[in-house]
Amino acid sequence: MLTILFDGMAYGMLLFVLACGLAVTLGLMNFVNLAHGAFAMAGGYVTAVLMNRYGVPFLLTLPLAFLVPALAGLVLERTLYKQLYTRSHLDQVLFSIGLVFMAVAAVDYTMGSQQQMIRIPTWLQGRVEILGIQVGLYRSFIIAVCGVLVVTLQFILTRTRFGSRLRAAVDDPRVARGLGINVSVIFAATFAVGSGLAGLGGALGAEILGLDPTFPLKFMIYFLIVVTVGGTTSITGPFLASLLLGIADVAGKYYVPSLGAFVIYTLMIVVLVLRPQGLFARAR
Amino acid sequence: MQSNTADNVRAALGRRGRWGWGEIAFWLMAAATLFFLPERHLILNEVAIIGLFALSLDLILGYAGIVSLGHAAFFGLGAYAAGILARNGIGDPLVGLAVAALAAAILGFVTSFLVLRGSDLTKLMVTLGVALVLGELANQMSWLTGGADGLQGISMGPILGLFEFDIFGTVAYTYSLVVTFVLFVLARRIVVSPYGLSLRSIRDNPLRARAVGIPVNRRLVAIYTLAAAYAGIAGALLAQTTQFVSLDVLAFHRSADVMLVLVIGGVGYLYGGLIGAVFFKVLQDVLSAWTPQYWQFWIGLILVLLVLAGRERLTDRIRALWPRSRRSLVADASQPLPTTKAREV
Repeated sequence: MLTILFDGMAYGMLLFVLACGLAVTLGLMNFVNLAHGAFAMAGGYVTAVLMNRYGVPFLLTLPLAFLVPALAGLVLERTLYKQLYTRSHLDQVLFSIGLVFMAVAAVDYTMGSQQQMIRIPTWLQGRVEILGIQVGLYRSFIIAVCGVLVVTLQFILTRTRFGSRLRAAVDDPRVARGLGINVSVIFAATFAVGSGLAGLGGALGAEILGLDPTFPLKFMIYFLIVVTVGGTTSITGPFLASLLLGIADVAGKYYVPSLGAFVIYTLMIVVLVLRPQGLFARAR
Repeated sequence: MQSNTADNVRAALGRRGRWGWGEIAFWLMAAATLFFLPERHLILNEVAIIGLFALSLDLILGYAGIVSLGHAAFFGLGAYAAGILARNGIGDPLVGLAVAALAAAILGFVTSFLVLRGSDLTKLMVTLGVALVLGELANQMSWLTGGADGLQGISMGPILGLFEFDIFGTVAYTYSLVVTFVLFVLARRIVVSPYGLSLRSIRDNPLRARAVGIPVNRRLVAIYTLAAAYAGIAGALLAQTTQFVSLDVLAFHRSADVMLVLVIGGVGYLYGGLIGAVFFKVLQDVLSAWTPQYWQFWIGLILVLLVLAGRERLTDRIRALWPRSRRSLVADASQPLPTTKAREV
C-alpha cells in the first residue's frame, strides 16, 4: 500500500518534470503545444545514444539531455513558434501535431523503431526496505531530483526578478512591453527552459516509461491531462495534479488492472466538467 | 415596408442556397468516376467515407467553431454499431446506417454538454478524453467488440435487397457516394438556412450572438449531435464496405487525420472535407509508395507549412471558385478573431 503510494509519487514527480515545461507554455503563455513530448523524447534519446554508443556515465548525460532539447526549443521558438502566439488555437494544434508527426518519423528513420534500453548505474538499482516500505533506489533518486527542481522552479517564479517579469509578460504582454520588459526574450528563455526540462524528464523517465519513436504521441495525453487538470494559472496546480495522477495511475494499474488507462481519462473528464479551468486554478 | 424587408431577406437566403455551376460540375465529376475509374473503386470508396467524416467535422469546426480532437469517438461508435448489428444477423445496410447514426447521435447529444463548458483547451481535452475512454472500452469489452483482434465475421446483405456487394468495390463505392451526396445536400441546406447563419455568428462572436438573442447552447448541442450522427454514418459505411472493424477506428490518429483532411481542403465551406479527402488519399498513396514507413513525416511537414503560410489564405482561393462563396467572401474573410484567452472566457 505504502509502496504503491511511493511508486505513484515517483511517477507523479516524473510526470511533473515532463509536463512543467508545458505548464508554462500552455498554461501561462496560452499556446497549445502538443509537440512538447517531442522535446522529452529528444532528451531521452540523447541519454540513450550517449550511454549506449559512447559509454558516457548516466549522471553526465543528464545535463546534456537538458541542454540539447533546450537549444532545439530555443531555435524552434525563435523561428517558428514565435509567429504563432497570436494565432487561433486550431492553428497551434495543427502546427504542433505536424511537428509531432515529423519528429516521430525522423526518429524512426534515424534510430529505428525498437525500444531504447537505458542501463541505470548499479548503485541506483534495487530496492531497500525502510520502515517496512519497499523503496526503489532509482525512484527515490527521481523524487529527490524532481523535488529539487520543483523548489527551484517555484523559487525562480515567485521570488526572482525574472519570475516576476515572466508573470507580468504572461498576464499582459502589451503592458509589460510598455514597462520596458523584453517580452520576446523572456518567452524564448522560458520556452527553452521548458523544453530542456522536458528533455531531462525524458532522460530520467526512459527507464520507467520506455522510450521509442511513438513516445510523443503516447505521453502527449498525460502531459495535457496534467496541465488541464492542474489548472493553468500556477506551477503548484500542475504539481499537485501530477502527484494525484501518478498515484491514481499506479494504484489503478495495481488494484484494477483490467480497467487500464480508463481511470485517468475518466478522472480528467470529471474534473474538467466540474472545474473547466482546472482543479487548482485560482479565480482571476 | 415590413414585408418588403422580409422579402429581401428571403430572396437573399434563396440566393445563398442556389447551386453554382462549380458545385454541379464537382458532383458530376464524382459520378463520372463510377464509370471511368472502375479499377480505383476500392480506394475511392475510402475517399468518399473520409470525405463524409471530414464533412461532419466541418459542421462543428467550420460552422460552429468547436475544436475537437476526438471526433473518431463517433466514427468508431458508428462503425462498431453497424458491425455488431451485422454480425448478429441484421445485415441490411440501411438499417445499419440508421442504428449507427442513432447511436452516435445519442453519444453526441450526451457529450455535447461536456463540450459546452470551458475554453478551447478544455473542449480539446474533453473531446479527446471521450474518444480515449471509448477506445479503452472497446479494448476491454472484447466479448462484444473482438478487442485487439477486431470484429470479424461481418456479413452484409444486399442494399435495398437488390445490390450485392462485389469484390471490385463498385457497389460499395456507389453506395458510399450516394449516402455522402444525400447527407451533403442535407448539410448544405442546413448551413445556408437561418439556423446555419446563427451558427456562424456564434463561431465568430459567441458573446454578441447571445446578446442578440440566439440560444447559443441549444444551437451548439443541436449541431454537435448532428455532426456526431454524420460521423457515425461514415463509420458505419466503413464497417459495412470493408466488412471489418478494429480498434483503429477509435484511435487518436483517426481524429488527427480527419482534422488534417479538413484543414488541407479548407474549413467552413463543406467542400473542404471532400477535396481534402481526395488530396489526402492521393498523397498517402504516392508518399507511402515512395517511402512506405515515413510518409507521416511529409504529412507533418505539409501541416506545418500550411499553418505557417496561413491556411486561410490558401483555402480562400479554392473557396473563391464557388460563386456563392465568392459573394460572401467579404463576410467570410473576417476570420474568427484570435481566440480569447482562457481567463477571459
